[in-house]
Amino acid sequence: MFKVRVIPCLDVKDGRVVKGVNFVDLRDAGDPVEAAIAYDAAGADELCFLDITATHENRGTMLDVVRRTAEACFMPLTVGGGVRTIDDIKTLLRSGADKVSINSAAVANREFVKRAAEKFGEQCIVVAIDAKRVKRGGGSDRWEIFTHGGRNSTGIDAIEYAQEVVSLGAGEILLTSMDRDGTRQGFDLPLTQAIADSVPVPVIASGGVGNLDHLVDGIRQGHATAVLAASIFHFGEFTIRQAKEHMVRAGLPMRLDP
Amino acid sequence: MTVAIVDYGSGNLHSAAKAFERAARSMEEPQKVMVTRDPDAVFRADRIVLPGVGAFADCRRGLDAVDGMLDAMSEAVRVKARPFFGICVGMQLMATRGKEHVTTDGFNWIEGDVEKISPCDENLKIPHMGWNTLDLVREHPVLERLPLGPNGRHAYFVHSYHLNALNESDVLARADYGGPVTAIVGKDTAIGTQFHPEKSQRFGLALISNFLKWKP
Repeated sequence: MFKVRVIPCLDVKDGRVVKGVNFVDLRDAGDPVEAAIAYDAAGADELCFLDITATHENRGTMLDVVRRTAEACFMPLTVGGGVRTIDDIKTLLRSGADKVSINSAAVANREFVKRAAEKFGEQCIVVAIDAKRVKRGGGSDRWEIFTHGGRNSTGIDAIEYAQEVVSLGAGEILLTSMDRDGTRQGFDLPLTQAIADSVPVPVIASGGVGNLDHLVDGIRQGHATAVLAASIFHFGEFTIRQAKEHMVRAGLPMRLDP
Repeated sequence: MTVAIVDYGSGNLHSAAKAFERAARSMEEPQKVMVTRDPDAVFRADRIVLPGVGAFADCRRGLDAVDGMLDAMSEAVRVKARPFFGICVGMQLMATRGKEHVTTDGFNWIEGDVEKISPCDENLKIPHMGWNTLDLVREHPVLERLPLGPNGRHAYFVHSYHLNALNESDVLARADYGGPVTAIVGKDTAIGTQFHPEKSQRFGLALISNFLKWKP
């Protein structure tokens, strides 16, 4: 039986985990590779690295992190952050990433998604969408695409954008609600459902997880096929196993391989 | 003993190589894993691994671009009876034809076409991306001691097409994704998995170990 995926996401800056990971005794809580090994052992279904390195010069450190992770962890790895060119994708995949997540570069140039999917296959092209609810005078609310961590509005409708990037070859959508990110109030379920129901590819729900019920809601009500969370796992609040067992109790099909 | 992982510009060779190296380290008999685009090295190897991600036609084109590689592989597997392991599109290439976007010839080692999966449940997304259990169709040495079935272990899939084998005897295992999906094929000294053993954690490493031990 096909299972729902639980994906921990690590923000990595200059080769170090931002704020660290403290759910297990790590020699170095800031080493993304150690964190990845721990999540691998804990039964995470995939792993996601988001590179938030600001300078181009330090980008090479991420490739080293990816390489060392792929040497030690035999699980799917998605890497995002600063993916702008076909060469960026090639070097990440060559280093050991299985999928790359494209964000602003796709907003700026949709053709990039098409070229990337044609070159590397749709299965490894994830488009990350940061969406925010926008009040519209007269009409109803809608969600728009924001870039630069939610600071820059683009005026692009999130649902239309999702459909467009999928038609161009995105094999998966990583959907983050900028309204909910960091709030611990749960996913933006209407947003998640609206996107998941309007595209044929898998949608990963992200942004706002504060408890384990939120993970269940993302699948049940949001119609996502996978859930991504960061802080509830990194700081030892819940283990991956606890999350999955909670989701099993809620009736969801989960992988509990030892 | 040498294991040649065929490098034809497709796929995540790094992951496949690392997984085979890890599995090889636990073998009693030392096995050297090499990533190569040299047809002679592939021809001389004791085992051959063909990874592949992306589209069927692209992978076929990439393989054909390496002069003499397909001939070396075919002769090693079909004449010298060397064990062969195709992964994902590397497995699909074993089919008669691929029908992804355009119709492209495969190796015709396993009769059948590579066709788009069409889950009957419209809530199921394509690609089939994630973890699924496997249902045994036919016993095989590479499946020894692997817990299959609905309560068994999971394998990691990422694909939209699968090998619809003409002969049931060529299918070793299937997954269910709104209908049957060919997960493992096997014929003579060749096997292939639609899923990624190099991404399937302990289950995948156990399967790779079985392949490295297999003496057909």
